[in-house]
Amino acid sequence: MLKRWKKRITPTDVVMWLIGGAILVLIFWGSIATLATGTYTGHHWFDFIIFGLAQGSIYALIAMGYTMVYGILRMINFAHSEVFMCGPYTAYYVAAAFYSSGFLDQYPIVSLIMIFLVSMATSTLVAVLLERIAYRPLRTAPRLIPLITAIGASFFLQYTFRGFYGSGFQAYPVVQILEGEITFWGFRILKFQAVVIAAAAILMAALYSFVQRTRLGKAIRAVSEDKETSALMGIDIDRMIVTTFVIGGMSAGAAGVLYALMFKQVHFFMGFIPGIKAFTAAVLGGIGNIPGAMLGGIFLGLVESVGPSLFLDGLGIVAPYQLKDAIAFTMLVLVLIFRPTGILGERLTVKKA
Amino acid sequence: MKRMVTLFIVFAMVVCVSAGFAQAQAKKETFKYEDKIGVVKIKKGDPIHIAAWMVVAGPDASLGTDTKRGVELAIEDKGGKILGFSVKLSVQDTGCNAEGGQAAATKLAADPTIVAAIGSNCSSEAKPGAPILWKAGIATVSPSNTAPFLTDPKRGPEYDGYLRTAHNDKVQGAVAAEYAIKQLKLKKAATVHDGSPYAEQLQAVFADNFKKLGGTITSQEAVAPTDTDMRPVLTKIATGKPDIIYYPIFIAAGGHITRQVKEVKGLEKVKLMSADGTFSPDFLKAAGDTAVGMYHSSPDFSAFGAGYKTFLEKHQKKYGEKPIAPFHAHGYDAAMIVLAAIEKVGKKAPDGTLHIGRQQLRDALYATKNFKGLTGNLNCGATGDCADPMIAVYQTTADNVKKLAIPDKPIWSPAAAAAAKPAPAKEAPKKK
Repeated sequence: MLKRWKKRITPTDVVMWLIGGAILVLIFWGSIATLATGTYTGHHWFDFIIFGLAQGSIYALIAMGYTMVYGILRMINFAHSEVFMCGPYTAYYVAAAFYSSGFLDQYPIVSLIMIFLVSMATSTLVAVLLERIAYRPLRTAPRLIPLITAIGASFFLQYTFRGFYGSGFQAYPVVQILEGEITFWGFRILKFQAVVIAAAAILMAALYSFVQRTRLGKAIRAVSEDKETSALMGIDIDRMIVTTFVIGGMSAGAAGVLYALMFKQVHFFMGFIPGIKAFTAAVLGGIGNIPGAMLGGIFLGLVESVGPSLFLDGLGIVAPYQLKDAIAFTMLVLVLIFRPTGILGERLTVKKA
Repeated sequence: MKRMVTLFIVFAMVVCVSAGFAQAQAKKETFKYEDKIGVVKIKKGDPIHIAAWMVVAGPDASLGTDTKRGVELAIEDKGGKILGFSVKLSVQDTGCNAEGGQAAATKLAADPTIVAAIGSNCSSEAKPGAPILWKAGIATVSPSNTAPFLTDPKRGPEYDGYLRTAHNDKVQGAVAAEYAIKQLKLKKAATVHDGSPYAEQLQAVFADNFKKLGGTITSQEAVAPTDTDMRPVLTKIATGKPDIIYYPIFIAAGGHITRQVKEVKGLEKVKLMSADGTFSPDFLKAAGDTAVGMYHSSPDFSAFGAGYKTFLEKHQKKYGEKPIAPFHAHGYDAAMIVLAAIEKVGKKAPDGTLHIGRQQLRDALYATKNFKGLTGNLNCGATGDCADPMIAVYQTTADNVKKLAIPDKPIWSPAAAAAAKPAPAKEAPKKK
C-alpha cells in the first residue's frame, strides 16, 4: 500500500501540497486572530455573507455560460464577458427612456420585466451570432484556433459597442421599489440584494431542471458526452450547440441586468472583470459541470466579500480589500492543488480531455 | 589664342561660382545652434508639433477632455501660431493608469517631430511616462498630476523634464483636513484609496494633517479602481465608526462608494468628502442623488485670475457647455508656458528652418517666473512645481445633480476664511 503511494506521488505533488498547506495554515491563523479580536459582530458577518451571496450569484449566472459551452464544445468562450456586457448596456437605453417618461416609477414591475427581456434578447442574439459566424466554421479546426478566435471576437464586440454607445459610462436609473431594506429576526438585507439573490436562484434552478429534466436538455448532455454517437442517434448537433449558446446568452443577459441594478454603472468594458471572475468560478467548480459553476460562483463571491476581513485582518495586513482579487485567485490555486478537476468536476476521460 | 580666352573665361566663371558657394556656405556656418540633448528642426511650412497625453476615453474621460480643451483654447488665443509657425496638437489617450501612461509616452517618444508634451492627467500615468519622454528629450508639463512624489526633490534625474501647473497634493490634503476638523468639527475619519499614486499619497497627506489637528483616523482602506462591490470594505470601515470618509479616488470607483455608503449599517450619517479627481459631472452621473451634500476639495475657481471669465465665455462658445472637470485652466496655463518657452528658445535659421533645443526648452520652462496665468502667478520651482496652489472646498447640491453640473462656487477656502477674520495670524505658512 505504502509502496503504491510512494510510486504515485511525485516531488511536484509534495511541493504543491506544502504550498497548499502553508496557505491553509495562514488562513486558519488569520481567521482565528480576527475572530479573537471581536471587531466584527454577528450582524457584520451576516452583512458580509449577504453581500458575497449577491455578488456570487451574478458570477454563478455568468459562469453557467462558460461551463455549458465548454461542456459541449470543449472550448473556452472568452467572448462570453462581452455577451454579458452587451445586454444591460443596450437595455440601459430602454431603462433611461422609461425613467425619463415616468413609466418606470408608475409601473416598476412591468418596466423591470421589459428591461430584462431586452437585455436577455440582445445577449442571446449576440451569443447566437457569435456561434454562427465565429465558431461554427472552425468547429473541426484544432482546439487552439477557436480559442484565439474567441479572444478576437471579444475585442471586436467590445470596440463595436464602444463605437455604438461611446467610451464613457452610463448610469442606470434607480428603481424606487428596490430601494430600502427588509428586516427579519433583527437581521437586515437590502431589498435589491434579496431580489438579485432570489432571481439568480430561480434562474439557476430553472436552468438546471431544463438540462436535467427535458428532452432538449438530455440531448444537450448527450452531445456533450459524445458528438458522433449522438449524431448517429438522430440528434441535430448544430441545433443543440445553438441551444447551449441561447441558454448561456440568456443567463448572461439576466446576470447583466442584475449587475446593473446592483452597481448602476454600465460601460463597454464592464464585462471584463466579471467575465474573468466567472471563468475562475467555472474552473473552481469544475469546468463543464453546471452545479459546479453555480457553487464556484457563490464560493468566489463569498470569499471576496468575507475573505479580506476574515483572513487578512487578523494577519495585520493593512487595507486588506485591495487584495480581494488576490484572495479569489489564491482560492483557485488552492482548490486546483487539492482537486485539480475543481470542486465538483469529474475526472475527464482521455477522449474528452 | 581664341582658345586661351575661352579657357580663361570658363576658368573665371568657375572661380566666381565656387567663391559664391563658399560664401553661402560660410553664411550657413555662422548660424550655429547647439543643444546638449538634441535640436528639433522644423522646416518652413511645417507645424510645431505639441503632443497632449491625456485620458480622453473611459470613465475618466472628462478629466482629459477638460484639460485638452484648455490647451486648445490657449493655442487659439495665440492665434494658432508662434514664431510664424502654426501649432499642431495631437492627442494620445492614457487611460488613467500606469500601463496607459507608459504606452502613450512610448508612442510619443518615438516621434521626433514632437517639441514638447502636455500631460498627463493621472499621476499614475506620469510615474512611468515622464521618464520615458525625458529620455527622448521631451519635456512635459502636466495640467492635473497632483501626487507629491512627482515634484519631490528625491524623485530622481529621470523626472528632470517634468513640470506641472496643477497644485501639489500636500496643499490639497491639508486644506481638506483643516476643513473637516475646523469647519465641520469632526473627530474621526476613515480614508479610502485605490492604489494609484495620486489617491494613496493624497489620503496619506490628509490623514497626517487630520491627526496633527487632533483628529483620529479609524482606518485607511484601499480598493481596486475596477472594483464595483464596495459594501464589504465599507462594512469594515463602519466598525471604526468614522464621522467622515475621505476618498480621493476616481470616477468609477468613487461613484460606487458614494452610492453604496448609505446602504451599509452604521454609515447612514457619515459625511463624505472626495477630491479633484471626481469633481466632474460624470461623477454626479455615476453617484446620482447620493452625491447630494458631499464635499470635494478642488482648485478654487473664485481665486482664478481676471482672464478666467473671458476663458469661460470662449469655452462656452466653442464647446457649448461649462467646463467638465477642475483642470481646464491648468491646461490653458500649461500650454501657455510651453508656447512661451518655445518662443524664447526657438531660433530661425536663414533658410527659415526653426531650431528648438530640447535641453534649452526644458531649462526655459523651469525658468518660468511670475507668469500671469489663469490659475494665478506661476513660478516653476527647482523641482517643477509651477502652481500657485489655491484649494477650496465645494459642496454638491441637489440642483447640481439634477443639472449634472459641478458647483462653480466654493463654500469655503483658506484664503477667503483668512480674509474674513484677519485676527488669527497666519499660523506659519504650512510646509509646501
